[in-house]
Order: sequence, then C-alpha cells, then structure tokens
Amino acid sequence: MQIFNIVIAGVGGQGVLMASKVLAESALASGMDVKQNEVHGMAQRGGSVISFVRIGDQVNSPVVMPGTADLLISFEPLEALRYIHYLKPGGRLVYNKVSINPSTVAAGLAVYPQDVEQQIAAACTNAQGIEALSIAREAGNGKAVNMVMVGTVMKDLPLKEEVITEVVKQLSQGKGVEVNLKALAGGAAA
Amino acid sequence: MKKIISGNEAIALGFGDSGGVFASGYPGTPSTETLEEVARLGEVYCEWAPNEKVALESVIGASIAGGRALSTMKHVGVNVAADALLTLTYTGVNAGLILMVADDPGMHSSQNEQDSRNYAKFAKVPMLDPADSQEAYDMVRAGFEISEQFDTPLMLRTTTRISHAKGAVVPQQKITPQIGEWVKDVPKYVMLPNFGKLKHIEVEARLLKLQEFAETTPLNRIEMRDAELGIITSGVAYQHVREACPDASVLKLGMIHPLPERKIREFAGSVKRLVIVEEMDAIFEEQIRAMGIDVEIGKNKLPLCGEINADILRAALGGTGAVTPSPVAGLPQRPPVFCPSCAHRGLFTILSKLKVFVSGDIGCYTLGALPPMSAMHSVIDMGASISAAHGMAKVNAIAGRDEKPVAVIGDSTFFHSGMTGLMSMAYNGGNALVIIMDNRTTGMTGGQENPGTGKTLQGFPARQVEMVPLVKALGIDNVVELNAYDLKETEAAIKKGLATPGPYVLIDRNPCILRYKIRKPAMIVDQDKCTGCRACLKVACMALGLTATGEKQKVRVDPNVCNGCGVCKQMCKFDAMHELEGENNANL
Repeated sequence: MQIFNIVIAGVGGQGVLMASKVLAESALASGMDVKQNEVHGMAQRGGSVISFVRIGDQVNSPVVMPGTADLLISFEPLEALRYIHYLKPGGRLVYNKVSINPSTVAAGLAVYPQDVEQQIAAACTNAQGIEALSIAREAGNGKAVNMVMVGTVMKDLPLKEEVITEVVKQLSQGKGVEVNLKALAGGAAA
Repeated sequence: MKKIISGNEAIALGFGDSGGVFASGYPGTPSTETLEEVARLGEVYCEWAPNEKVALESVIGASIAGGRALSTMKHVGVNVAADALLTLTYTGVNAGLILMVADDPGMHSSQNEQDSRNYAKFAKVPMLDPADSQEAYDMVRAGFEISEQFDTPLMLRTTTRISHAKGAVVPQQKITPQIGEWVKDVPKYVMLPNFGKLKHIEVEARLLKLQEFAETTPLNRIEMRDAELGIITSGVAYQHVREACPDASVLKLGMIHPLPERKIREFAGSVKRLVIVEEMDAIFEEQIRAMGIDVEIGKNKLPLCGEINADILRAALGGTGAVTPSPVAGLPQRPPVFCPSCAHRGLFTILSKLKVFVSGDIGCYTLGALPPMSAMHSVIDMGASISAAHGMAKVNAIAGRDEKPVAVIGDSTFFHSGMTGLMSMAYNGGNALVIIMDNRTTGMTGGQENPGTGKTLQGFPARQVEMVPLVKALGIDNVVELNAYDLKETEAAIKKGLATPGPYVLIDRNPCILRYKIRKPAMIVDQDKCTGCRACLKVACMALGLTATGEKQKVRVDPNVCNGCGVCKQMCKFDAMHELEGENNANL
C-alpha cells in the first residue's frame, strides 16, 4: 500500500504521544510497517506538540513533510491551523473545538484569532470539529480527549476498528480501560 | 517478537539482551529514555549519576571490573565527560564499554548544535550511527564486540530522529552476562606519562586496525542501484535519502569512524555523480575530499545548521518537486511555558519586577528568559549560573557598580555542577545572590530522580542530600528558605539577599507540581470586580486570558487549565480572584 501519513498536533499535556502510540501499535498489530516520531523535551506543559505516524508496506523516513499528510488530528483549533499546511490536497482534518490559550495570549502579548474555525473551513474542505472535552468527561475523565480524537478518526484510517480497540484496551490500566473505551466509542459517534 | 519501540528503547533492550551489566548516565534530551527503559525492563543494574563525568567514570570502573557497561548522555554531556573519555581511549577496556551520545540537530531541546562525530575523531575511538530502531538495537551488540575485540571504548551516536522515532525491532537471541576477571594492570590503567606515551602509540595502531575492520564490516554497506547518482550517508539522513532518491546508489555507513577509505573509493568510482548527505558538520566530506575524491554535492548545497529532510535533499539535488506549502502566517506562537501552578512562576514574577540581572542555568526555569518575564539574562551551560554570577560580581566591584547579580539554578543542575561554583564563590569572597529552586526532580527532562529526591533510578529508597547543610558546608553562612508562591515574602527575601554583602543563598523547596501530581482547586475571576488592569497577566500563566467581548476586556481563568496556586490572585489589587468551589477540573 501507499504510505498513509498522519500528523497529530496539540498542546503539551493533552496526550498527543499516547494517541500516537495507539496508532503505531495498531499498525504493527495489523502487520504493517510503521514509523512514529515526535519531538519532545522542552514541551512540558503548554507548548505546541507535533507527532508523525507513517504507515505502509515499508516506511523509511520518520518525518512527514508539509503537503503530504492524509490525516491531521489536532487536539486544539489553533494548533490545527498551525499545522494545516501538512495536509495534502483533499486531506482529512479532525480537530477538538476546545481552545487553550497560548502563553503569549495569556500574557496579553498576542490575540487568539476569533475566526480560527472559519479559517480552518476555508483551508480544508474535509474538516470536522468535535467537542472532545465534553465527550471525554461523559466517558468519565477529561483527560481522555486523546482517545476521543482517535475514536473519531478510526473510520479514516487504513486500520480495523477492532484492532485499535484491542490496542487501547491493552495500553490502558485499571479504571482507564472502561473510560478509554467509552471515549473511543464517544469519539466514533461524534 | 516484533516490537515497535524508539531508538532509545531499542538501545536499552539491546543492552539487556547483549550481556549488559551496569549502566549509568545523566538525563538530557534526547537521550533520557534510554536509562529509564533499562530501569523499566528491570533486568540490568542502572543508575543516574549526578553528572556525565561521574557516569562515564563509573562505567569505566564497571568495565575494569569485568562487566559490559553503558553510559548515556546528550551531546553536551560529552563535554562534561570528555576529560574521562580522552584518557579512557588510552587505557582501553576490560569488558565492552559503550558511550551512547544523543545529538540534537535542529536544537529541539538543547543550547547548542554540536556534532558529536567530532569526538570520535578527537578521542580516536570507533563510532556507530544507527539509522532506525532495529539498527540501534543491533549496534549495541556489535558495539560491545568491537569494543572488546579492539580494546577500545566505543561511541554509539544517535540523533533526535533516531532516539525519539519509533520503528519495528526484532530482538536477537539473548546473551547471558559473563562477568570477566578484575585484574590489576598498572601499565594499562595508570596513565602516568611513561605509560601514557606507550598507550598513545597503541591508540594510533588501533585506529589503523579499526579502519581495516571498517572496510569489511557489514555495518557499512553499498546498495547499488542506478549508477548515475551515488550518495554516501548515515543515520537518519539515510532514511531521508531513500525517501527522496529511491533509485540512487547508496554507500550507507553504519560505522562512521574511522571511515573505510577503500570502500569509499570503490563506491565513488562506480557512480557518475557523488553526493554526501550528512547532518551538521562536514565530517565525511572533509575526510573524503582529503582522499582526493571529487564530491559534486555536499555542504556547498546542504545546510550545516539544522536537520536535513527529503524536501531539502530534493532541492539540493536540483529536483523539480512540488512546491512545499507554507504555514499560515501571523498565528500567535505557543512556546513552552511554566506549568500552571509551577513555583518558578512566583519567583520570576518578582525577579522581573525588580529588574535585576539574572544569571540563569539549564532547566525549566530557563523559560524565565521568555516574554513577558524576560527575567534571565545569560544561560551558558550546566552550573554556569553561579560561576558566571561570581565573575560578574567581581567585575562589578572593580568597576564600582553597586549591583549584585542573581543566580537561579535547580536542584539537579546544582548537584550536577553548581556546587563547585558555589564553593568557589565562598572561597574567593564572592558577592552574588544564589536562588536554588529545589523542586526535588530533574524537571525539564521529564522528572527524573537525583541525589536530592530520596529515590534511585530503579525506585529504591536512597539517602537524600539535605540542601541547607550542603550549602553551609560549601562555605555559605547566609542560607535562607523561601516560599516562592508567596510574592511578598519572595520580594522581601530577594531584597534582603541583595542588600546583604557577600554570598547569600535562598532555597525554595516547593516540589514540582507535575512530577508530584499536586492538584488544587481552580481560581475564578469576579467579573464585577475585575477592572481589566491586566496586572495578573504579568505572571504569564496559560490559564489566564482576556474575555473576548465587552467594552473593556476583563480577565478570565480557564478552569480546564488552572491549578489554583494563587500567584495571580496576589497580583490583583481589586480582590477579584477567588478559589473556585469544588474539586480541581484541570485536564492538562
């Protein structure tokens, strides 16, 4: 198969890396080659985070180049706009509509663009915004936003839903199993 | 069984599977997860050292005692360990010894972009450069074999895109550790000049033998495809080459020092155009040009700074690929920031207000240099906050400037190499205010244990270094504890420290809220009382923001982000901020 390029963006602390892990493990469990790469270190809390997952028969570079992503998953609207140029023409975008102020905005040094959603719609005809935080809270934990996001994109991935569900189950612990599976289902229904 | 793991995890797994006995390192992005994974796997003894020099020296001891040993660090850590490395190359090893160094091209999380391949040349040691997780795993075993066969330390070098990229790994048959004899051998291990002179001759001879080995090892392989274009490359750059030029012939170097000259000549002679693709310095290119070989494209077209990727490569090779789309312009930046309710916020709010010169250090608190705080004015390397402040104070005294510098340093960085600077300040009659932010973790790298946390890397209880007696023992009489969440107290303490002549140390002992999962109820702003004066915004917390509507914009707190430290509340002169009833709702 052609390489399927995924970019996952968000804010440090939102669980971007866990979502990436779910997708990468699911690809491996499906017998595909996969490379996953994120840059972390300085991004503790509040910084912009970007992660790449590439799935295919054989994957070389761990890096997705701008203009080549089949799917962009963004945990925050402004971050969706920041990385929207990674999408290839016709690429799919799923984003969480709940915004988080960058420190520059919080300090009054910059303004959060009020028309983010309009700008997203103008730049991408295949975009879907979801209320991931309330879906996650309904599932039992606001921190399960990442599993909600994975749930929503399941149908867009070259991976079977059962495989992803099984991987989420294996990677979760204790009460998290139920919460994450509910979040996954809630995201899928969004 | 096939696993999907990062390069760092692969090295850890490879270490355990290749008869590893002892590992020691110091946290540093992008190397940190390697030792954490050794600890998580739980099969081999491992520890955090207070700095990279101690780590490498301990690993040298382990090798002398007969155990295969691994030391891990980031590129700048090798500078700290270099004293040991440059003589270790003379003594050689008993059991195999690997120094894993993680470079950071693109400076995702580093203060410089040094290329560690220079150290392999400098120390005259073999270096391996994996191109994915599988190679990272395999090269640990190959590395131990080379180290033992040639009686040499070996450097295993990664970059951020190898350390942090995950790929498939199939493990090899596991080797049971065999601990060798602990032998007394004075001419081998005692580097007095007379022994060292003989050892230097051996090092040069060893390098020639390693070069012969490089000619035949499968670590260096030629992939002959179209003879029109030949590319010499290594590491993650190989993956970008394969992405951009699937049909090109490639000499893929796995052992990158010393270089296989005959193999390079053979390859260069079999292709029409020769291109060298390497991130950062022109290490291969300089050596290959010195062999008298024509190189068409190297650093004349490819960058010395930052990472290489498939698009950069296509452009350098004169391709007419699709135009890369540009990001949307004018969006507000989202730089990393102190976590909501981090104790550093209170400290830097006051340092910013007092407009003092702050000599900073490496850690989360370095973020105090960014707007709106802009309250850190120099950051060089681990520990430099204190020693540089000392130099500043001495020159200020000579110049007749009545200003005392402030040094800010964290606990792990203080143990790493701040202590010696403070001892020097006490010894040499210095005059700086030193603030130690002892949050009992190595925060910026993700919360590792250190000598002050009371736990080892493997989770065992440990003797906890007591900060106040330690600072006093270094020769400091004025040592005062501080609560940086209390702005008034902090301001008064800093002013007193600045007004008191001589070295003065303030110690904040509030724990890292992230590492120790401290949760408090969020704040709420009374919109009737808020005047929109924005005084609270000076604390630079991402939980704060201005309301979008209304004649005058007022401040609101995002309950999804706020962790209720109350530092912003202390900035409010109108009593507009209160704790929100109920439990903490933050989801970051």
